[in-house]
Amino acid sequence: MSAVVAILSRVGLWGRGVVVAIPYLWLLLFFLVPFLIVFGISFAESIIAQPPYSSLVDWLRDEDAGTSKLQILLNISNYFRLGGDDLYILAYLNSLKIAAVTTLFCLLIGYPMAYAIAKADPARRGPLMMLVILPFWTSFLIRIYAWIGILKGNGVISNLLEWTGLTSGPVEILYSDWAVYIGMTYCYLPFMVLPLYSTLEKMDPTLLEAAADLGSRPFKAFLSITLPLSLPGIIAGSLLVFIPAVGEFVTPELLGGPDTLMIGRVLWNEFFANRDWPVASAVAIALLLVLVVPIMIFQHVQGKQAEAGR
Amino acid sequence: MRKIGFLSWALWFGYAFLYVPIALLVVFSFNESRLVTVWSGFSTKWYGELINNDALLSAAGLSFQVAAVSATLSVMLGTCAGLALSRFGRFRGRTLFGGMITAPLVMPEVITGLSLLLLFVALEQWVGWPDGRGVTTITIAHTTFTMSYVAVVIQSRLAGMDGSLEEAAMDLGARPAKVFFVITLPLIAPALVAGWLLAFTLSLDDVVVASFVSGPGSTTLPMVIFSSVKFGISPQINALATLMVLVVASGIFVASLVMARQERQRKRDEQMAIQNG
Amino acid sequence: MAGQPIRKPTRLEPWQDAGQTPYVRIDKVTKTFGDFVAVDEVSLSIYRNEFFALLGGSGSGKTTLLRMLAGFEQPTEGKIYIDGVDMAGIPPYERPVNMMFQSYALFPHMTVEQNVAFGLKQDNVPKAEIRDRVAEMLGMVQLSAFGKRRPHQLSGGQRQRVALARSLVKRPKLLLLDEPLGALDKKLRERTQFELVNIQEKLGVTFIVVTHDQEEAMTMSSRIAVMNHGVIAQVGTPTEIYEYPHNRFVAEFIGSINMFDGRVVETDGDQVLVASEEAGCDLLIAHATPAPVGSPVSVAIRPEKIALSKEPLPDGDGRNRTTGIVREIAYLGDVSIYLVQLPNGKTVRVTAPNVTRRTEMPITWEDEVTLSWRPFAGVVLTQ
Repeated sequence: MSAVVAILSRVGLWGRGVVVAIPYLWLLLFFLVPFLIVFGISFAESIIAQPPYSSLVDWLRDEDAGTSKLQILLNISNYFRLGGDDLYILAYLNSLKIAAVTTLFCLLIGYPMAYAIAKADPARRGPLMMLVILPFWTSFLIRIYAWIGILKGNGVISNLLEWTGLTSGPVEILYSDWAVYIGMTYCYLPFMVLPLYSTLEKMDPTLLEAAADLGSRPFKAFLSITLPLSLPGIIAGSLLVFIPAVGEFVTPELLGGPDTLMIGRVLWNEFFANRDWPVASAVAIALLLVLVVPIMIFQHVQGKQAEAGR
Repeated sequence: MRKIGFLSWALWFGYAFLYVPIALLVVFSFNESRLVTVWSGFSTKWYGELINNDALLSAAGLSFQVAAVSATLSVMLGTCAGLALSRFGRFRGRTLFGGMITAPLVMPEVITGLSLLLLFVALEQWVGWPDGRGVTTITIAHTTFTMSYVAVVIQSRLAGMDGSLEEAAMDLGARPAKVFFVITLPLIAPALVAGWLLAFTLSLDDVVVASFVSGPGSTTLPMVIFSSVKFGISPQINALATLMVLVVASGIFVASLVMARQERQRKRDEQMAIQNG
Repeated sequence: MAGQPIRKPTRLEPWQDAGQTPYVRIDKVTKTFGDFVAVDEVSLSIYRNEFFALLGGSGSGKTTLLRMLAGFEQPTEGKIYIDGVDMAGIPPYERPVNMMFQSYALFPHMTVEQNVAFGLKQDNVPKAEIRDRVAEMLGMVQLSAFGKRRPHQLSGGQRQRVALARSLVKRPKLLLLDEPLGALDKKLRERTQFELVNIQEKLGVTFIVVTHDQEEAMTMSSRIAVMNHGVIAQVGTPTEIYEYPHNRFVAEFIGSINMFDGRVVETDGDQVLVASEEAGCDLLIAHATPAPVGSPVSVAIRPEKIALSKEPLPDGDGRNRTTGIVREIAYLGDVSIYLVQLPNGKTVRVTAPNVTRRTEMPITWEDEVTLSWRPFAGVVLTQ
């Protein structure tokens, strides 16, 4: 053992090198390489075989002609299909819209919550925050399922509305865009509240006292001092919600209608229903391209926060 | 004072929004009839059916196994990553490394699932491993994306920790590895536990990635729930939900009791210190 | 109130002895962080058994220099030798140096005994010996009864003593201390100053202390290096630093000072005559470093070296003598500080002991007074 250590030390691989190398190699293999493979497969053809895609690189040997050729076939038709067929473009745009609306709702509900908890008695903040996180520890799948019972015709809300006389028959909110908004906001709310709370809690309360002392009314002080200072939290929380929401599958699948087009569902259907792996890969690459800029912004914000020592 | 009123309302609305669905789930798990919207009497028969649902139980067993293994692996890898990012300064390839750590936090699950499946298929073609998809592939997949969460938790704990403790240990003659195991690790232990629990929960809850990378005979609990939920309401699911909520709630309750006791002890120690001044 | 001198006046002064080799030699060391130069070509020699202080404000580079001695930073340029050995590339756990951290850095999950024993355990010292040495050390810092406590069960002063014990138990030849008294209240600070000096003399360890508190440096150290923006402004004994500052920075950094700008009129051996409009008179300085006639200089005079008198004094050729009006008086109990305004507007600070009782003070506000000082009082500074 010590011999191995000695050798590795000499090569400069021991110590820190090993600590970094283990997760590094793991991620290279299981995170980075897969993306390259997806990129590659997006240029393949869908065939009836196991696995159901054609190979990109072929070695062609012609014995008679005495030739040995390396054939690389790139099938770009998958991407043309994405660009040409309205379905995909609509799905992308719809996904962006739904993700944006979800982010907005999460912000509207989550900001006051985070603010209220940050302003609360220090002893109470822990438990209050815990109450926000607790639903997160229970299965999100089951919680979406709960909304099915609430939103369907003859569901809880429908019965409530009928009972109070506001409507005359059962109301079906389920299987519509609104159900998706509610479900997604429900799931992503903790992701918005956490970074917002973290930023608001660190804010110096004496700033608001100074503003009041200088004659600013509370709401005005909030707009001109608290809101701008909480911007990093708003950005972090919004990105944490928006980016994964664009590619969301489960919620729209369970709560949305057949015309609730989201790119996550499209990818799933291409893969599982149509068994068209190349097209699914192309969809994934296109989705990645759409998200690359927000992802980079997110990493930039994360990096800055980490360096500021949190 | 009106402002406070608004905030309180907003807070309570938020909590209601979060908890009413869960409460309804629990209530209707005891409902006599199949309907989850009309109460027709108290019954625990759905719990009975749940216990006898073999498919569900074996899926649950599989899920727990995968979650435990992947959480453990994830904590080991994530701690290395968090340590590297917060203590090693600038090293070659740090930007790429940091990027690979933070990207899974926001990556849509369909992309993660698809890419990992394609990797496993390609690997099987080239190297012969992994031999078909199953528990191994699901575990690897879960480890990969939960590792990022653990890394973030560890990194933020390390950033908040006093770096001079590790310097003092080195100054007194301890080599870096010794410093990590004797000084750093005990002090970040709570973060390690939190990270493990986080990874465990994320793994237990995942349906999309598991659907992509699982194989015949390796159905996870979320996959079972998903397919049964797609077909509509099933009160067994309510029963399952209630059990889960119970476990989580009692876990948190116990944890907060322990933390409260530690807090009281700490206050007593501080008093003692001041008196001795 | 100024600290009491603790050092006995008769001391071997190894830095005067050309035959002595320094224990620590810092040779043209520079440290840059990106564009920022923290330490700029610093050279220092520190001898065995010195109580050496690195004194400066924040950003002066003193802490960076200390960390380079400990091994937590590597010099960008230059070399550091400890006991003749080049420390380049040698990590902290292999250096014959121990450090006491500003935040004490006590391991919170270990008891006091375990903290103190830590360094000995790293060296694989036998258990029995560890027990004995730890007990001895705890006795020396008067914490024998607290061995089983944990750091958060101790007060600030007790934690500091544990940190000290932990850093001394390995009997290092060199101990580095980073602002050791910063976190203590005034009374505790004074008591600890005595203790530190006693321990240092008893154990025969070389101490290098980083501090921003000049009183601390002056009372405890054998020599002080005053640092400013990464360079050493002056190295010397407390007396030398105070009475013979080499430049404006040191003169103004230590204690209070009066500065008079002027021009050299005459030199005669080590006597310099400076004409100063600011002072409103000619200044004669004895024991001065000669400067060319006509060059612009500053003359620095300490407030306690100036005498105040209401009666006009016999004429001294108009030298070292000027008049002004008393504008402010600060009564400190043992001394009073007078701010005297000269006719040209300049304010001079004078400190005088309260020989008479407050109620019998001869000098009061708006009095016209004569300021005088002796030729030995001033120092000529060229920058």
